[in-house]
Amino acid sequence: MTTGTIGADTFDARRGSARTRRGSTRTRRGSAGGGYEDLGRLMSLMSGDEKHGPAATSTLDVLWVLYDRVLDVSPQNMTEPDRDRFYLSKGHGPMAYYAVLAAKGFFPESWLTDWASFDSPLGHHPDRVLVPGVEISSGSLGHGLPLAVGTAIGLRAQGLHARVVVLVGDAELDEGSNAEAIQLAGALGLDRLTVVVVDNASTSYHRPGVIAPRFEHEGWDALVVDGRDHEALEWSLSRRTPGRPNVVVAEVESK
Amino acid sequence: MRDPRETFARTATELLDEDLSTALVYAEISGQYFGDAARRHPDRVVNVGIREQLLLSVGAGLALTGMRPIVHTFSSFLVERSFEQIKLGFSHQHVGGVLVGSGGSVDISSGGRTHQSPGDVALIDTLPDWTVHVPGHADEVAESLRQAVAGEGRHYVRVVGQQNTTAFAVRPGRMHVVRRGSGATVVAVGPMLDPVLDAVEGLDVTVLYANIVRPFDMTGLRAVLGTNEIVLVEPYLAGTSSRVVAEALRDLPHRLLALGIGRTELRRYGEPQEHLAAHGLDAAGLRASITRFLAAAAAA
Repeated sequence: MTTGTIGADTFDARRGSARTRRGSTRTRRGSAGGGYEDLGRLMSLMSGDEKHGPAATSTLDVLWVLYDRVLDVSPQNMTEPDRDRFYLSKGHGPMAYYAVLAAKGFFPESWLTDWASFDSPLGHHPDRVLVPGVEISSGSLGHGLPLAVGTAIGLRAQGLHARVVVLVGDAELDEGSNAEAIQLAGALGLDRLTVVVVDNASTSYHRPGVIAPRFEHEGWDALVVDGRDHEALEWSLSRRTPGRPNVVVAEVESK
Repeated sequence: MRDPRETFARTATELLDEDLSTALVYAEISGQYFGDAARRHPDRVVNVGIREQLLLSVGAGLALTGMRPIVHTFSSFLVERSFEQIKLGFSHQHVGGVLVGSGGSVDISSGGRTHQSPGDVALIDTLPDWTVHVPGHADEVAESLRQAVAGEGRHYVRVVGQQNTTAFAVRPGRMHVVRRGSGATVVAVGPMLDPVLDAVEGLDVTVLYANIVRPFDMTGLRAVLGTNEIVLVEPYLAGTSSRVVAEALRDLPHRLLALGIGRTELRRYGEPQEHLAAHGLDAAGLRASITRFLAAAAAA
């Protein structure tokens, strides 16, 4: 396994990236790998379940549209300082994430078959040190959005126009740390930050329609879209709102 | 003498001026010191408000973009309140940063338990690869901060009001021999040096001084051992460094007395010096503990 080298490179590059600010050629997306129709097969390599279709995973369509149509990140530019970042805050159920990363060529498809085994870099919660293309290690809820706030501040301070898109679950918003992050991002007008809330109404104390207004109260731009509609997802997630962070609430079937 | 916390703030401001990759994140506390820095570097000086979980995560998120964050508030909120953000934001993400805590164990004695963090170093010590600075003088604060920001990796700098009369060089993993004797070895950490020197007046002991405790200078400790009796005097939770002394001396029969802040809540206010005395960390208390320990050795 060569994953140790990957982690070391990521860490060593830390200081250099702030100081050298290389001008990268912004290659839009990797051409390697399969398409959306291939994701079911890739996920079945992990689940062992041939019938495990894309619809069974709440995050799959959002993830696919981000990596296929929205984010400027690929295996070719994934260490460049001005790449777009995607933070999977809700680290639970990462099969769809791994399937999309494999489809886009970040790591070999063969890694999927023994996932969550002792020797696999792919666990039930992703580790950025082990998996190329994974920007944050997640699993404990309520950390990704606060980290993304710091990243958005860092991108702004360095004059980089890249953005950070962070995926949270609706139940993950139970964690109070998100409230701190939502408030500060609004106050600072962090327009390099986008949150996509995959809303499958899974929080125990669910109240319909409260997520978008909660962000709006803190100065965010908010949209609610069908989390299975690729055109709507592409349009809403591609949108930048100068001077304000934005949130896209992607509604999917209730859990 | 210069005030250690003001020295931290001034040094941080200088570092922000000197290095574009440096950022300062704080949470209201100490904001009175950072006005100039914030005016000169509005994008790199961030007050997150009264949001300490976010404080740590913002620091780590900055590090993920390649910047070098200095993250500051009282140690009670920096380390104890936000510990998972340190564990996951810095250690698990495998990024570097410089955490600077003030207040320590007794600075805010009149504030009571909520503002006291004797457990900070013990908590950080549950994580691998942190350099822990315990400066005992304002000049050491400045030097520790400069080294930590210029370096790589993860650093915790513990800034407190109490200080020694003399500043020592800051050398990671190396203690200073302050006094040579033929008996026991007393390790004084940070601001405990002056009271230790007063306490051992007339005793035939060696005194080592540590202003960095992780990594701990195991070689330096072994090099000066007279009798195999060691006294550890730390300005935070008693016994925090017992495990590293035990590791350093694992092949030697030895006796260890570990002094520091006790676990019992005092539920007292008053002055820092009164709290130090209550924990036996003034010169008189230290002398009583040390002579009792050495007498027990002589009797054995």
